[in-house]
This record gives sequence, C-alpha cells and structure tokens, in this order.
Amino acid sequence: MLLKRLTEANGVSGNESEIRKIIIDEITPYVDNIKIDVIGNIIASKNSHLSGAKLMIAAHMDEVGLMIVSIENNGLLKFRAVGGIDNRVLVSKHVVIGENKINGIIGAKAIHLQKRNERTIPLAMEQLYIDIGAKTKEEAEKNIKIGDYVAFVSEYLEMGDDYAKGKAFDDRVGCAVLIEILKHQFDMPIYAVFTVQEEIGLRGATVAAYTVNPDLALIIEGTTASDVIGTDSKYYVTQLGKGPAISIMDRGMIANPIFNKYITNIANNYNIPLQIREGATGGNDAGKIHLHKEGIITGVISIPVRYIHSTNSVINLKDYQNLIVLTKLFVEEVSKTKGLKI
Amino acid sequence: MKNIIKKFVEAYAPPGNEHQLREMIIQEITEYVDELRVDVLGNIIAVKKGSGKGKRIMFASHMDEIGLMVTHIDKNGFLRFSPMGGIKVHNLVGERIHFANGTKGVINSEELKSWKDVDIYKLFIDIGVTSKDEAEKLVNVGDSCGILRDILDLGNRIVAKSLDDRIGCAILVEMIHKIHHIKMNNDIYFTFTVQEEVGLRGAKTAAYSISPDLGIAVDVTIAGDTPEPPKVDIHLGKGPAIKLKDVSMITNPTVKKLMIETAIKYQIPYQLEVLPYGGTDAGAIHLTKDGILSGCISIPCRYVHSPSEMIDLQDAMHAVQLGIKIAEEF
Repeated sequence: MLLKRLTEANGVSGNESEIRKIIIDEITPYVDNIKIDVIGNIIASKNSHLSGAKLMIAAHMDEVGLMIVSIENNGLLKFRAVGGIDNRVLVSKHVVIGENKINGIIGAKAIHLQKRNERTIPLAMEQLYIDIGAKTKEEAEKNIKIGDYVAFVSEYLEMGDDYAKGKAFDDRVGCAVLIEILKHQFDMPIYAVFTVQEEIGLRGATVAAYTVNPDLALIIEGTTASDVIGTDSKYYVTQLGKGPAISIMDRGMIANPIFNKYITNIANNYNIPLQIREGATGGNDAGKIHLHKEGIITGVISIPVRYIHSTNSVINLKDYQNLIVLTKLFVEEVSKTKGLKI
Repeated sequence: MKNIIKKFVEAYAPPGNEHQLREMIIQEITEYVDELRVDVLGNIIAVKKGSGKGKRIMFASHMDEIGLMVTHIDKNGFLRFSPMGGIKVHNLVGERIHFANGTKGVINSEELKSWKDVDIYKLFIDIGVTSKDEAEKLVNVGDSCGILRDILDLGNRIVAKSLDDRIGCAILVEMIHKIHHIKMNNDIYFTFTVQEEVGLRGAKTAAYSISPDLGIAVDVTIAGDTPEPPKVDIHLGKGPAIKLKDVSMITNPTVKKLMIETAIKYQIPYQLEVLPYGGTDAGAIHLTKDGILSGCISIPCRYVHSPSEMIDLQDAMHAVQLGIKIAEEF
C-alpha cells in the first residue's frame, strides 16, 4: 500500500533523505530522468524532448517534526518545532530521534503534580521534553546530538469503510498522487517535483521552479478539514468525503480563476466531487512558483485532512482516489490542448 | 486629471481581480504608447520607446485596492469573508461593497457588546437575499468585492476609496499623455501592477520581464498632518515625497541623488519620506534579478486604507512633472 509506505517513512523538513529514497524507488521505472538538486528536491521528467508547454506537478516530501536543541543533566532532551506544530498534541507521543531512530516519548510533569490552574492551560513547548530512557547527559549523548531531527511515529491504518489515519498526509498524499500519475503516458513534457522544506517556508519549490521553468504548474496538497465538533460550519474550510478541494486564496496566492474554471469543468464533466476550500489562511508551494520569472499559471488541488500537522491525521480514501482521477484527467486535458486552454 | 481620477477611484479592482480597471487604463493609453502587453498575472506593461541608445526605466503604480474575498455563504444568504490586503476592520462596519458583476451589499456585524470586540470573523455581508440559493445566483465562494464609494471633490483636495494607488495610475496615465509626442532618449515602461496589496506580487514578475535600469514606484504614503497623527513628517500640499526608506526598501543613494537633484533643478516642490511601516512595488523591483536601482515617488495621503483617503491634487500634478523629468535626467 503506497500511502502506508510513504506516510510511515520520515522526512522532517531539511532531512528528507529517507522519504526521498522511497519515492525514487517508486518512480524510477516510470520516468525518463531523475535529478536531485542541491537543496534535495526530486525533479523527475517524462517526455522532456517534446516541444510545447511544460507542466510541473509538485508535492512536498517534507513533514513537520521537531529538533533537539539541548541535552539536560538528567538525560532528558529539550526540543523545538520544525514547521507549524500545535503544542497541545505533543505530550505523550512516541517519537524517533536521529538517523538511528532512537525511541523516545514526549513527557511532561504528571497531572497529579500540576497545580489546579496549570491543568487548564495547554502545556507550552518549554514545559515538554523527550525521554529516551537515559539516566544522565553522558548516557544520552552516546546516541543523541544537538540538531538531531525528531519524527513522529504513527502507523498507517484504515478505519471504517473509507477512512485512513496516519501522519504526514500533508503532503505524502500529494507525493502518492504524483507517483500514480507518473505511471501513465502523456503527450507533453512533464516534470514531477517532490519538493523539500515546504513546511518552513516553501524553500524547495523556490529553486525547483527555477530549474524547471515551467509554463504551467499544478500543486497537490493536503489542507485543513475542520468539519468536527466545536467548529461552526462556516469555519470548516473543507469537509472529508466531499472530494478534492480547490483553493480560492491563501497567504501566498490568489487563485487563478481560469485554472479553477478548468478544473471545475473537468470535475463536472466526469462527475468527480469537488469542493471549494472555504478559507484563506495557510500557504503552499504555489505561492512561490506562480511568481517565478515573468509569472507562471499555477493551481492547487488539495485533499482535506482532519487533525493536520499532528501525529494522527485522518483522510477519506474516496477523496484520495478522486484526487488521483482528477489530476490524471487534468494532465490528459492539458496534454491534448498543449497548455491551459479554455 | 480629475476626470481620470474619478473614473479610476470608482472602479472595482480588488487584488487578483483588476480586469475592469485594466480595460479602462488600456483604453486611456493604448494610442499613446508604442507597445502594450498584459502578462500572466495581469500587469499592464506599456512602452514608450526612446532613441534606441538610452536606458530602460520602469514606472510602476498598482491597480489593485484592498478588498474582501467571500469564503462562505450561509443558509440565509449572508456572506463571510477574508481580507485581501491591510484591511482596517473598524472601517468595515456599515460599509457598502460591490462585486465584479455589479452585485452590491452592506457589511455589518454580529451583535457587539463593546467596540473593542470588533473582529473580522464577526462581520458579514448582506446582499439583500433570503437564502443560500438566491445568494449563489449572484455571488460564489471565491468572489471578491471592493468598497463602493463615489469620489468627493473638495477643490484642491480629493477624497475617495483606493486613491492608494489609483492616484499613481492616474499620474502614470497623465505622464503618458504628456510625453507621447516628445522624443525621449530612454525607453520608458509604464507598468500598472496587480496584487500589490497582498505582497508586491505583480511588480515582481513585471520587473523580471522588463529588467529595467531604473525602477520607480508611484504610490501613496502616510501623511502626518492630522490631529495626533502618525509620527511622519509628511504634509498634504507640500509636494510629492521622495522615499528614502520604508520596510520594503532603503533607497539607493544614486537614485536618491537623482530624484532630489531633479526636483531642485526644475523647481518642483518635494518632501523627504522616512516611513517606519509599509512597502511599495519598489521593494519587489529593487531585489529582482541581480538588483535594480529603484526609488519611489510618494503622494502624501491621509486616512490610507480607509474608504475616505485624501490627497492634494497639486502633489499629484507635481509628481507627474517629477516623473517626466526623472525619465529625462537618468
């Protein structure tokens, strides 16, 4: 199962080598050329010899995680976030540290010792630490160095009829969609880019866009779904099971209306459910790519993800399947018309 | 010039939705320039060619105004929205808005116990319908609206929404009209940019495409001549301001010298601007490719990003003059 393989691999921003190897392994039979650039992006191409409009499809490999910043005398480790992490979800989670995947647990003062008012306030990152079962600083230092990356441990599991839980659906779902797309033949130059360091500032995409210099770009992302208890329906952003979502605006880009119309037409023609992402926060690689050089026509399609950026996110597998179908149809259409014509 | 200003300030052009204003501007300038193109993002790049031996100068004013994007339509047909650009929430309550297709509406708030509770998440747009279905015939999620306001002509002073930066657009149009029959040595690229209010986006791709030797933004700046004002030494009517610094750029000394000396040489009144906040298209232009000499002619403006921004017409006319002379002197 591709999603299991991709989400159980680690790739905290700046440290994507493990997930990169897996993706290269998955795509090698299907692409003409694979290039790893200086910052670590995978740029895989098909039909680069063909003339005409160049399509870049991109998904980011990296996921949010933590980094060790100090080793205390008692052998406990202090850490900082890499990417946007909700502090409230950290306590008591299983993590692995460094290349050797040392097991650790994020700990905090026990509830019995917390003062009454402490219990009502979420634990700040400063109050948390990672316990690796070391008694002293010296013992911890045998396995841990400052700067080591920390990744969450979370098994991919399917639940109910159509749901799956796991970590890093943002944006391993995008990576999986790209892999599935690459298995097909299209009649145009296609550059599939698996970017690094999206979660800490769209950095991989910035340089990849420079290398590829596409005429058209499509980003496949994971986005917030807050269709849960405690959220008024006007703040859901997206809902699970209602299909892939197109963006209207976020911090990095105002959606290209021609692109959105194009995608909407395809979805309507083929009866694929499609929802509009009803929110304007967040950002993704499109923010950088669409401003490359003289400007690139860029669009984003996302899978709704509940509990995004946590160790246990939930997606709907029909949304995932629909995202693959929609993306494939999009690439077929733009191959036929040699670009985005409406 | 007042006629053009009136037309421009009353037009609809939130970030990413500049098409109506773009058509208006193209109509005003197309017969006065040698080349005109619209790029992928929607910037207008209009060129007045020089002798072929000169340099390339880019003037940039942004077409877009702050606006709102609809993010949700509820069952009763009320619209929720997100800000596009530096919206001041307290200015919105009671305001009127319009959409690209002419749909109009008013903004108001969920019940507030105190004015301190004003929050953009409590505001909504009422377009006079009773259901979601009825609303969706007029507006969709993802549509953008701008403030609906007529110009107010106070004589020397003009009050309008979106003088930031329609006054810059009007100045560029006026420059084009004034110089089209004059032989210039330099190639002059008049650029009407998009999406400035959401992060200087249009100017970035336009500057890349033009690759100018000098980039000059023409935009408004905050005036400090009202009761208990922001601490900036800028006054309406004392001439266009030559920007020395804001958050997005420190003006290159070569450009500063060129601008000041040109103003002195042609006896154009000017002020010097050191702005502790904000940025303009010059911020994006000067960091393009291997770096571009850049500056900014600023028009002093009171109540920036409110529905009633105020400028002095003399400052705008002097800015036209200063722009033309800079284009000649560089």
